[in-house]
Amino acid sequence: MIPNSSVPASNPSAVARSIRKSLLRMVHHANASHVGGGLSIADVLAHLYGGVLRVDPSRPNDPERDRLILSKGHTAAALYATLAERGFFPSEWLDHYGEEHSPLTGHTNHLVPGVDASTGALGHGLSLGCGIALAMQRDRRPARAFVVLSDGELDEGSTWEAALFAGHHQLEGLIAIVDYNQIQSFGNVCEILDLEPLADKWRAFRWQVVEIDGHDHDQIAGALARLPAKAGSPTVILARTVKGKGVSFMEGELLWHYRSPDGAQLERALRELDDSP
Amino acid sequence: MNIGKSIGLELGQSTRFAFGEELAALGDVFPTLVVVDGDVGNSTRTEVFGKKYPERFFNAGIAESNMVSMAAGLALSGHISVASSFAAFLTCNAYDQIRMGVGFPHANVKLVGSHCGISIGEDGPSQMGIEDLALMSSIPQMVVLAPCDGVSTRALTRKMLEYVGPVYMRTGRPDVPVIYKDGAAALEIGTANRVREGKDATIIACGLMVAIALEAAAELAKRGVECRVLDMHTVKPIDRAAIVAAARETGAIVTAEEHLLDGGLGSAVARVVTEEAPCKMAFVGVRDTYAESGKPEELLAKYGLTTAEVVAAVERAKR
Repeated sequence: MIPNSSVPASNPSAVARSIRKSLLRMVHHANASHVGGGLSIADVLAHLYGGVLRVDPSRPNDPERDRLILSKGHTAAALYATLAERGFFPSEWLDHYGEEHSPLTGHTNHLVPGVDASTGALGHGLSLGCGIALAMQRDRRPARAFVVLSDGELDEGSTWEAALFAGHHQLEGLIAIVDYNQIQSFGNVCEILDLEPLADKWRAFRWQVVEIDGHDHDQIAGALARLPAKAGSPTVILARTVKGKGVSFMEGELLWHYRSPDGAQLERALRELDDSP
Repeated sequence: MNIGKSIGLELGQSTRFAFGEELAALGDVFPTLVVVDGDVGNSTRTEVFGKKYPERFFNAGIAESNMVSMAAGLALSGHISVASSFAAFLTCNAYDQIRMGVGFPHANVKLVGSHCGISIGEDGPSQMGIEDLALMSSIPQMVVLAPCDGVSTRALTRKMLEYVGPVYMRTGRPDVPVIYKDGAAALEIGTANRVREGKDATIIACGLMVAIALEAAAELAKRGVECRVLDMHTVKPIDRAAIVAAARETGAIVTAEEHLLDGGLGSAVARVVTEEAPCKMAFVGVRDTYAESGKPEELLAKYGLTTAEVVAAVERAKR
C-alpha cells in the first residue's frame, strides 16, 4: 500500500502560489501555452497532490496508486509544475518545457514521471478514467481514478458516453473534476454551447454532484475529503473557477486563454502573486 | 461460397467465429485478459468469451470512442484488453481514441474489427470496413493483422495476446475456405507464409483474397505461368525480406486485398518494392469507391475481387 502523501496539506495556498509562479515562468520561457486554464485549476491541483492522491513520487508506476488524468491536456504546464513541486522530477526540468529533447511537451505526456496518460485531444480523459475505475472495481483494488475536465471539453460527445457508462456501472472510484472557468477557446461557454443546467445533466447520468468554489481552499479540501460523495455513484465536482486566477490582468480575460506574458507582464504577475495573501 | 472449390479447398469457419471461439478458449491461458465490445458481441463473436467469463466481459454499449479509451484505461491498470466492434465503426469512429490512448502510449490493447471488406454482403456500404488497414497502418508501431481462414485466425489470436503492445486484427463475416488444413501454429507475426511455390510471378494476398490468389495461380499454371503465393497475414510490420525475395526471384508482383487500394496491403508492398527491389507490379482491390448491397460473391465480382481479375493482373505485371 502506498502511504498517504507525506506533504502536509496544511498550506495548499502556498503550494498553489508556487504552481502559478512556475507556470507563468514556463509559458513565458516557452513562448507558448495555455495560461488561463492553468491558473484556474492550480488550487485544485495543489490539494490533489497535497495529500488527497495516494501517490509516491519515488514509485511513480506503483500499480496500486491513485491515477490522475488531466483530460484538459492543454494545461499540462500547471500539472508539470505541480508534479515538480511534489518531487516527481527535478524543478530544473520545468525550465525546458516545450523544448526539443524535453519530456515536458506542450500538452500532457505520459513519458513524464507522475503523468498517467497523454492527453490534448479533448474528450478522452473520462473514458480512460472509466477503464481504470472499472479495472479497480472488478479487481477489488482500492485505487481511484481522478479526471480533471475543462468545461469546453464537455462539448465532446465521448465525455457523455463515458458519463453514461460510469453512472450505469456505479463506478464509485471515478471522480471527475470540472474546471468550470466559463471561458473556452473562442469565447464564453454560455455563448458558444451553454452547458447549463450542468449539475442536472450529471445527475441525470446518475452521478453525485458536488458544487464548490474552485478557489476556496476549505471547500476544495472538504469536497476531496469525502469521496465518493455517495456510495455506489461516481462523483463529479463542479469547481467554479476564474480563468487566469491570481493575476489581475488575466482574470476572466479570453485573451489569456492562449498567450504568453512578456518580460514585464511576467514580472508584474509574479509580484502580484507574491503580494497576495 | 464457391471460392476455392475449383482447387479443392473445403469451406471452413469465418474468421470472426474462429476468433471468438479461440478468444474464449484462451481465457485461462491469459488470466489478465478482459474484453469490451460495442454491443455487437453476437456479430464480432466476443459473446463466446462473455458467456464463459462474464466478470471479464464488458458491453460498452454503442459507444466506440468510449469503448476504446476504456480499453486503454483497463490496459493502464494491468490488463490485456481486447476491444471489438465492426471494423468500420471501431477504426473510423474511434480513430482519435486509438491514436491517443492506444498508439501513442503503446498500450497493450488488442483491437479486433469484424465485418471487414465487401463480402459482408447485403448489409451494405455503411457496415463495410474497407479502410481499416489504411487507418490502423497509420498508427505508429501498431501491428496490423488480416488472417485468411479460421485456422490461421486462431493461431494469430494467440500470437496477438502474447505480443505486448497495440495490435489490430480484422475478421470477416462469411465462412471462408480452409487454407491451413494442416494447422497454422508455426505462423509468426511479421513473417509472410508461402502457400504456393512459383518462379514466374508472386501474388501477395491477405484475408479472403488468399484463396482467390490460389485459384488464380492454379489457372495460370494451366497457361504455363507458375506463381508463388504469399499469405501476408501481417500487413504491418510487413515482411520486407519475403517481398524483396519475391521481386528478385520472380520478377513480378501482384497484390490482392479486400480493401481500398489506398493505404492497404498493396501500398505497403509497393513501398518495399520501390525502395529495395523495383519490379513490375499490379494491384487488385477496391478501386476508389464505396460498394453496395448484394450477395457476397456478386459484390466481389462487381468490384473486381475475383480469380479472373487476379489472373489478368499477373498477366499485366508480366508484360
